[in-house]
Amino acid sequence: MTTLTSDTVDRLAGLRPDGDIAHLRRRRPVTRAQLQASSDALIAPLDDREFPLVERLLVAAFATRVTADDATAAHYAGLASAADAARAEVVAGEASASATAGPFGTYVEAGLRDESTDGRRYEPGLAARDALGERLTAALAHAHLLTVRPREAGSAALDRLLDAGWSVDGIVTLSQLVSFLAFQQRVAAGLRVLELTTPALEEVPA
Amino acid sequence: MTGTTTDVRTLVHDAPHPHAFTRAEVGWVPWLEPFPADELTERHYDGLVDRPRASSDYFRLLVRDPEILRARTLVDKDIFYNVGEGLPRAERELAAAAASRVNGCVFCASVHARFAAHYSKRADLVDLLLDEGISAELGERWDAIVAASAALTATPIAFDAVHVQRLRDAGLDDLEISDVIHAAAFFNWANRLMLSIGRPVAPAAETS
Repeated sequence: MTTLTSDTVDRLAGLRPDGDIAHLRRRRPVTRAQLQASSDALIAPLDDREFPLVERLLVAAFATRVTADDATAAHYAGLASAADAARAEVVAGEASASATAGPFGTYVEAGLRDESTDGRRYEPGLAARDALGERLTAALAHAHLLTVRPREAGSAALDRLLDAGWSVDGIVTLSQLVSFLAFQQRVAAGLRVLELTTPALEEVPA
Repeated sequence: MTGTTTDVRTLVHDAPHPHAFTRAEVGWVPWLEPFPADELTERHYDGLVDRPRASSDYFRLLVRDPEILRARTLVDKDIFYNVGEGLPRAERELAAAAASRVNGCVFCASVHARFAAHYSKRADLVDLLLDEGISAELGERWDAIVAASAALTATPIAFDAVHVQRLRDAGLDDLEISDVIHAAAFFNWANRLMLSIGRPVAPAAETS
C-alpha cells in the first residue's frame, strides 16, 4: 500500500494523508470502511422515496451546524447548498439561530429528576415553515431534539412527524441520519485533536 | 404536505419506566411498528447481519432501512469486539456507558455498564458512574476515559488537547485513544437512535 486514499472522515478530520493518524485509521479497516458505508447509505441511498436526498442534505446541514461550527458542518452545508441553495440558506439561518449547548433535558425517570436541565429549544417560525414546508420543518425540529436533548425524545415527537406526512420508514431513516451524524462529527472532531497533538514526522530535506 | 392525514400512530405501551440508571436488565419497546417478520427478504436479512436479530423489535424496526442498519451493525461490532490490539474491551464499554450516562440513555447505559463490569471485574466502580455520573472518582485511568467520553458527547464538542494529554499520561497510546474516541462517539449514534424510536422498560426486579 503505497498510496493512501482519503475518505470523508480523513478529510473532515484534516488528517495528513501519510501521517500517523491516517495510518492508525487503517489499522481498523472494518471501522473505516463501514463508517464510510454508513455515510454512503444515508446520503447516497439506494432508495430515497421516503426521504428524498435533498431533504437529507438539508437536515444534515442543520444537525451538524447545531452541534458545532466545524469542518463537518461546513461539509454538509456545502452539499446542501449545492443541492438547493435557497432552502439551504434558510436552514443555515435556522441552525445558527438555534445552536445551543447540550445535552440537556428533563428526565422521565423519577430518580433522575434532580439531574434535569434546561436549554434553548427550537420551534420553527412561520417564515421557516413558509420557506421549507411542514414536512421539512418537522424534521428539523426532530433533528434539534435528538441533537441537543435526546433524553426528551418520545412518542409525541414521532406523532408530529407522522402528522407532517412522514412514513414509518422515513422516520427510521431520519433518526439514523441525525444519530449517525452525531457519531461522524465526533469521530472527525476527536481525530482532529489527536492529529494536532501528534508530532509531525521529521521533514526530509529535499 | 400540510393537511396530510394518516392512520399510522405511535404505539402505546403501559410497561413501567425505569426510575434511574442501573446495571439490571432494562427492556425496550418501539414507538413504531417493526417490519413484519414474515415479510423479511434477503435484502432485509443482509441488513440484519445476524439472522437471529429478526426476533428483536428494535432490529426489525431499523431493518426498514436495511443498508444503514447493515453498515451501522458492522461498525458497531468492530469498534467494540475487535480487541486484537488497542483499548481493552472493558474500557471501550466504559466509554460507551459514560456517553450514555451523559446523554441520558438508561437502556444503553444498562447494557454497557453490564459489559464494563463483566470485563473489568469492577462492578463497584461502574455502579459509581451510574449513580454519581461523570464526576464519580474511578481512579485516574478510568477518570481520564470518562472525562474524554463526556467531553466528546457534549454539544458543542468539548474534547481537546488537554483530554488527549490526560489519556496519554494515564498510559494510553494513540490507537487506544482513537478507540476511546470511536467508542464514545458511537454511543452518540446509538443513544439517539434508541431514544428516538422507542423507550426503556423497567427491569423485572424493580416492578415485582
